[in-house]
Amino acid sequence: MSTTVSQDRPTKPSFFNEVFYLARRYPLGVAGAIIMTTFVLCALFANFVAPLDPFSTNARASLARPSETHLLGADMMGRDVLSRIIHGARISLAVAVGATIMGSGLGAALGLASGYLGGWFDLIIQRVSEVMQSLPLLVMALVITASLGPSLRNTIIAIAIPLVPTVARVIRSNVLSLREMPFVEAAKATGMSEFRIAVVHVLPNTLAPLIVLATAQLGSTILTEASLSFLGLGVPEPYPSWGRMLSESAAEYVRTAPWLVIFPGLAISLVVFGSNLMGDALRDALDPRQRD
Amino acid sequence: MAPVLEVSGLSTVFHTRRGLVRAVQDVSFTVNAGETLAIVGESGCGKTITALSLLRLVPMPPGEITSGSVKVDGTDLLKLSDSEMREMRGSKIAMIFQEPMTALNPLLTVGKQIQEMVVLHDKCSQEVARKRAVEMLHHVRIPEPERRSREYPHQLSGGMRQRAMIAMALACRPKVLVADEPTTALDVTIQAQILDLIGDLQREFGTAVVLITHDLGVVAETAKRVCVMYAGRKVEEAPVEEIFGRPLHPYMQGLMNSIPRVGSARGLDVAPDERLQEISGIVPPLNDLPPGCAFEPRCTRADARCKTQRPELAMKAPDHIAACWQA
Repeated sequence: MSTTVSQDRPTKPSFFNEVFYLARRYPLGVAGAIIMTTFVLCALFANFVAPLDPFSTNARASLARPSETHLLGADMMGRDVLSRIIHGARISLAVAVGATIMGSGLGAALGLASGYLGGWFDLIIQRVSEVMQSLPLLVMALVITASLGPSLRNTIIAIAIPLVPTVARVIRSNVLSLREMPFVEAAKATGMSEFRIAVVHVLPNTLAPLIVLATAQLGSTILTEASLSFLGLGVPEPYPSWGRMLSESAAEYVRTAPWLVIFPGLAISLVVFGSNLMGDALRDALDPRQRD
Repeated sequence: MAPVLEVSGLSTVFHTRRGLVRAVQDVSFTVNAGETLAIVGESGCGKTITALSLLRLVPMPPGEITSGSVKVDGTDLLKLSDSEMREMRGSKIAMIFQEPMTALNPLLTVGKQIQEMVVLHDKCSQEVARKRAVEMLHHVRIPEPERRSREYPHQLSGGMRQRAMIAMALACRPKVLVADEPTTALDVTIQAQILDLIGDLQREFGTAVVLITHDLGVVAETAKRVCVMYAGRKVEEAPVEEIFGRPLHPYMQGLMNSIPRVGSARGLDVAPDERLQEISGIVPPLNDLPPGCAFEPRCTRADARCKTQRPELAMKAPDHIAACWQA
């Protein structure tokens, strides 16, 4: 490493330099990004990537072991597990990402308003979220899907709503301490409106816990979707979702055809793992105090 | 010359569980363009609340400005609506704070923070505002302002951050600058630089400065007039030479005696038993002030009248007012 201080050091590194630098600094984040990109690409180009048709049944291949034709085996109806996992990535990722973004966004907005405004608004939001948190997540999701009817959009809504109070409370507690920071007072002294201070100065400072929380939730949303699908209230058949593949076969075939359980489970774990790795690196990379 | 800042009869109270706390009572002063008024006093005497009251930044509730007027260029700030007041903050009356470490948002670059405020008040384009931000950083003598404007607060030293704060406060050329202990958190050499800087910019822009401090050395160096506060009230006001030459209020005399002088106590020509004089006792709680003079319990010259009757401010010498029966 050079010890000389250069006066004309570049003021703005090029985009590629920056990406390369960040990649070297956060190798785990890169691993997470590769995992996530792979899944996203699989989801986008499922028709080209999948070796077989995920819907076509084949009585002769029922419960086939992993082999050359069925790399990850086949299910009871003889549908190729690998192809179904690849096509299932569409549903699972859409549900996971959609519900997480929707839940975190709504939760962050409510938490920000609740913590920053305080008073009766805060009181109402907090009591309502306590009521929501006292219900089991799955029960609430069940009630919502049951009343909205099963579809992809409704599944996302049903999974997002129960996330809102958790996110709102974390953000609120953060905002409560941030609101007393001198830079908020200083911003007031420059004539900024309260709304602008909340959005420009307070909200970005809550980004770190928000990212950690959101990546952690990503995994649980996939599992909630699995539970909903198992109960017949998730994304409707015949569309494959990882959650349903897992839950349909878990009880019946875990001993006779374990590949029906192992591989969708592996896909879920990989996505959760990848998103956590990426989230951690993202949190560090977005904090200006962590980079130089 | 008409004063730029005219404060009269300002009173601020806090409604607390332990009763009404009168943090600032009936404080009046005026500051002319290009002039510095220092407000001195020990912790808890109402200096900072006075400063915050000028910008209406006292948290309400529990705080409340109960009476008085704060006129900037003839406009009474206390009569403005909230949105009109926001227009004034930063453009007509600005403030710099004690803690340069935490008074800047850690997630925004220094230039961006100045820029944002310029856009807010001058309604100019981002590009014009960015140029102004760089120019202001240059004004406050930050080297390489172009590059520094793209840096985050944590990349700047304490002194540089305070310079950036000053740049932000003065970016819209306010008439009045309220500086609440601007140098307390900085080390001594940087203190002098920052004070010089405030003085230079003040001359250049004709800003009226209200300097809140408890450091009498800083006062002697920068202020034209001095206003001494005790327990929420102004107890003495005079031009700086007058007040240092002939302090009238026993509290101000006590403050002056409590300044250590080089050579005293440990110096060779002074008697070894000479010790620094302190003002005994503590400031009375602001929700339970004595009926007479608030300083009476700590005063060496107090008599029976001081216990029962509160002295009003009176002209004790030419251009020198004090609130004391004994002066």
